[in-house]
Parts: sequence; C-alpha cells; structure tokens
Amino acid sequence: MTSALGSAPTGRDDSRARPTPTRAHRFRWARAAGTGWLYVLPALVMYAVFVLRPLVLTLQYSLYDWNGIGVARWVGLDNYLTVFTDSDLLKIIGNAIVLIVFFSFIPVALGLLVASMVRRITTGAFGTVVRTILFMPQVIPLVAAGIAWSWLLSSNGLVNQALRAVGLGGVARAWLGDFDTALPAVGVIGAWVLLGLCTILLVTGMSKIDPALYEAARLDGAGPVREFLAVTLPSLRQEIGVCLTVTIIAALASFDIVYISTSGGPGLQTTVPGLEIYRLAFSQRQVGLASALAVVLMLLVLACVLPIQRLSRGEKP
Amino acid sequence: MNLSRREQLTGRVFLIALIVVTLLPFVSMLSAALQPRGTVPSGLEWPSDPQWGNFADAFTAANMGALLRSSLLIVAGVVPVSVLIATMAGFGLGQLRVPGGRLVFGLFLLGLTLPFEAVVTPLYYQMQDLGLLNTRWAIILPLIGLYMPFAVFWMRAHFTNVPVELSEAARVDGSSTWQLFWRVQVPLARPAIASLTILMFLWTWNQFLLAIVLVDDATKRTMAGALGAFQGQWGTDLVLLCAGSLLILTPTLIVFLIFQRQFIKALIQGSVKG
Repeated sequence: MTSALGSAPTGRDDSRARPTPTRAHRFRWARAAGTGWLYVLPALVMYAVFVLRPLVLTLQYSLYDWNGIGVARWVGLDNYLTVFTDSDLLKIIGNAIVLIVFFSFIPVALGLLVASMVRRITTGAFGTVVRTILFMPQVIPLVAAGIAWSWLLSSNGLVNQALRAVGLGGVARAWLGDFDTALPAVGVIGAWVLLGLCTILLVTGMSKIDPALYEAARLDGAGPVREFLAVTLPSLRQEIGVCLTVTIIAALASFDIVYISTSGGPGLQTTVPGLEIYRLAFSQRQVGLASALAVVLMLLVLACVLPIQRLSRGEKP
Repeated sequence: MNLSRREQLTGRVFLIALIVVTLLPFVSMLSAALQPRGTVPSGLEWPSDPQWGNFADAFTAANMGALLRSSLLIVAGVVPVSVLIATMAGFGLGQLRVPGGRLVFGLFLLGLTLPFEAVVTPLYYQMQDLGLLNTRWAIILPLIGLYMPFAVFWMRAHFTNVPVELSEAARVDGSSTWQLFWRVQVPLARPAIASLTILMFLWTWNQFLLAIVLVDDATKRTMAGALGAFQGQWGTDLVLLCAGSLLILTPTLIVFLIFQRQFIKALIQGSVKG
C-alpha cells in the first residue's frame, strides 16, 4: 500500500540502474513519501492557516472576556455558562432548532411524497425542464431568496394577495414582521430553497430501486402505505440521510436568509445563533461570548449530523 | 416500471405544482420590477406599461459593472487555486497514500460540517493583522482554506478509486511523479475536477457572510455580498430593489442554464458525497 510507487519497478528496469533492489526500494520509498507530502502540503497549509488556526482561536477566545481591542480577561467557562443560562441565548438556539422543522422535515417529507408519486423523472425534455427549474433555488444566492420572499410575504405581497383572493383577507398580515408568524415565515423561505434539492435527490434515489421489489410487494397485497414503508423508505435510507444532513446544517448554521429578511426581528423572534455570533462579535464587542456560542453551534451541528450519518450509512458497505 | 395511468398523472400534477411554487417568487419579482418607479406594487399584476428602463436604472444604481468585475476577480483568485491544491492533495492522499495520510485526512474531515460562523471572528482579527481587511484577499484566502475539507474529500474519493497499477505502469515507463500527475492522473480526473470547479464557483459567487464581515466596500465583495448592500441602500424602493436583485441573479442563472447538465450532476454528487 504505502510503496505504491516504489515497489513495482524494483524487479524490472530499476534493478539495472541501482546497486541492490532493497536499498533502491527503500530509497524510492522514502522519496515517494517525501514527494507525496509535497502534494498534500499546499492544501494542508491553507487549511491550517485559515481554518484550524481560527478554530483554535475561537476556542481560546471563548475562555476570555474580550472586547476585541483592550486586554482580555480570563473567565474560564463563564461564557459557556452564560450561553446555557441566558434566556435570550437559549431562545436563539431554540429558534435554530425550530427552523430544522422547516428547513429539513418539510422538504424531506414533501420530497418523499413527490418522489413516491413520480418514481422517476424522465430523461426527456420534460425531465430536463423539471430538474433545471427545481434546482434554481440552489443556484441563486440565499440573499436573493431572502429578498424575493421578503417581497412575497410583505403586506402587499403575493401571499396576502392570494389570501384575499380566496376570501381569507382576515389572516393577511406582514408575515415577517408579526411576532407569531415571523419564525415560521423564515422557515418557509428555507423550505422553498431546499425543497427542490431534496425532491431531486430522492427521485434520483427512487429510480435506482429495483422495480421487482414493488412488484413483489404488490403481489403480496401491499397497499401504497405498506409499499412505502417496506420498500421505499428502506431503499432510500442513504438519500434521506443526505437530505437530512444537508438541510439540518443549513437550518442550524442559517445566516443569510435571516439577515436579509428580518435581521433577527421582531424582537428576538427570528434571531439564530449565526446572526447572534455576528452581532455579539462585531456590534456588541463581546468576542468571548460570541466565540462560546460559536463553539456550542459547532457541537450542536455535530450532535445532529453524526447520528444521521451513522444511521444512514451504518449497515451498508 | 408499471405505474398506472392515474399514478403517473398525479405524479405529474405534483411536479408541476412544485415548479409553479419554485417559479412564483421570480415571476412576482419581475412583475414588481416592471412597475413604474415610485408606485407601490402589489403581489402579482402584469403592468399595463412595463418599465424595462428600471433595469437600466438598477444597473447604474447597483454599479453592476464594478460588481461583476469584483466577483470575477474573487472567483479567479479562489477557484483555480482551490481546485489545483485540492487535486494535488487528493492525489497524494488517495493515490500516493503518503504515510500519516489517514491522520491528515481525518483532520480535513473535521472541517466538513464546520459552520463558517464558527471561525469568522478570529478570521476578522487575522485579516486585520495581515493588513488585508477590506481587500478582496480577505475573502479569497479564507475561502480557499474553508473549501479544503470538501474539496480534498471529493478529490481523494476519486483518486482512491483509480487503480494503483496505473501509476505503477507509468512508473515503469520512467515518468516522474510530477509527470504521472499531470499526464495520466489529471486527465483521468477531469469529470471530478469539472464538478468541483462548478461547485466552488457557485459557492464563491454566492458567499455572503465572509463578504459582509471582512469587506466594507460593496464593490470589492462577491455578488451575494453586494446584493446585501444593495438591499440596505434601496430596501425602501421596492421596484428598484426587485429589478436590481433580478439583475444580480442573471449572470448566475445564465451560467447555470448553459452548464445545466453539469451543474445538476455536480450538485447531486456534491450533496451525496458531502
């Protein structure tokens, strides 16, 4: 394995050039390992300087009380204590968890529904159009999605226009500005962005399922629900895992959409950890607390994503 | 697949409903963008006299020429370097299998789920110390680093599947590792490299957080960052905001439509592997 480059030639033309095969082997091996490292090094250096170093600094900052300019004061785990006891910060973390329902569960559930209806998207023109359009929200910046939906959900926007048209004018409101509806409204934006991606991933997975499985299920007298539970869900385990991973990260680490559509308001109704880190660090100059929240956010992402990875890939080779 | 007629029809209806929902925000923005300036548009109504001139106004107001140039410069700084060094690292880890490679790869994996928010504060101070704050380098350099976990993961996955015998055969022919890399491995890796390039382009173009934190001047930001500034400035002029947003979207959409097949392939593979 390790001597991928050194071992093969030794028996052949190399033996002519070098005194003993073993020494040549060792020499080549060492050189190959050395050269190999040269290939890995540039990426590793960039990663170390611009990701690992800041990461270690975040951990370090989180243990200090620092305004970004003056002298930092060691406070141990106090910042973490604040993150877990301050009611505002807990609410902010809670908001991110609520967003998972919208960013993850709704797109995956709807995607599964559509996928089991469609089974496969044709490779023909219709299929290409469907795929292209459903991917558009993935291609545009989230900021643009935020602007578009701020307009749609505003008092004169399309959503209210539609509600008035069907006689539900009473519930019309500025959805993103209302205390009760702001967070779900932000969630809807995320759902819109991620729905197409989930649908296409699930339909793609669906088209790989052996049709014989469905025929067998039908012969056994399985209805659509049983068929879904017994064939579709288990076969799509990996794809569902992927969708959940991508969307849960998008929910927990959300920033762009919230920043643009509500700036976290009204009150703290839609403030998410990403936005609060930005605010704490750059407006309120509480770098230590911002860093502690960043560490907690990072761990929260891992705590959600690792079990999903294990479940969806665990038993498959 | 023997689906009944009715099932196929319901499937199609669902898909079409999904398409309508996906397109409505764009259509609604377009209808607002075409209203006369200074009016208050409502959700969706085709204007009697479409004001296409609004787009010209927005082009000037948003300083589109400068924005395009800035985004292109950032993409040019990030994408080729990222793809090159990630390909080299993927080759080193997946094909040369350097000793200690597993450890290094584990280190890269650590960053795979890392939210950018977790490192943006120290990056700010780091850029300040380097004197790069408010320059495009402040976006370019960190992005290269931040892309490495995914990019190396991606390229390593490709190189792990290339049979080692291929390298050995090239060895026998007397080529050096460098020649082997460029003449044999890179051409073979072209599809993986193409997908990676597309994803990096998209993520760079749409990068928002780093742009607003590290660069104040909107004309030195990415497209997404500039759009944020545009909204801040013209948020109350809905007609112009919609026109400007659509304008800023257009380059991405055009590139997407041209390379549609490759984009979708890259995005599907990208999320499956990530």
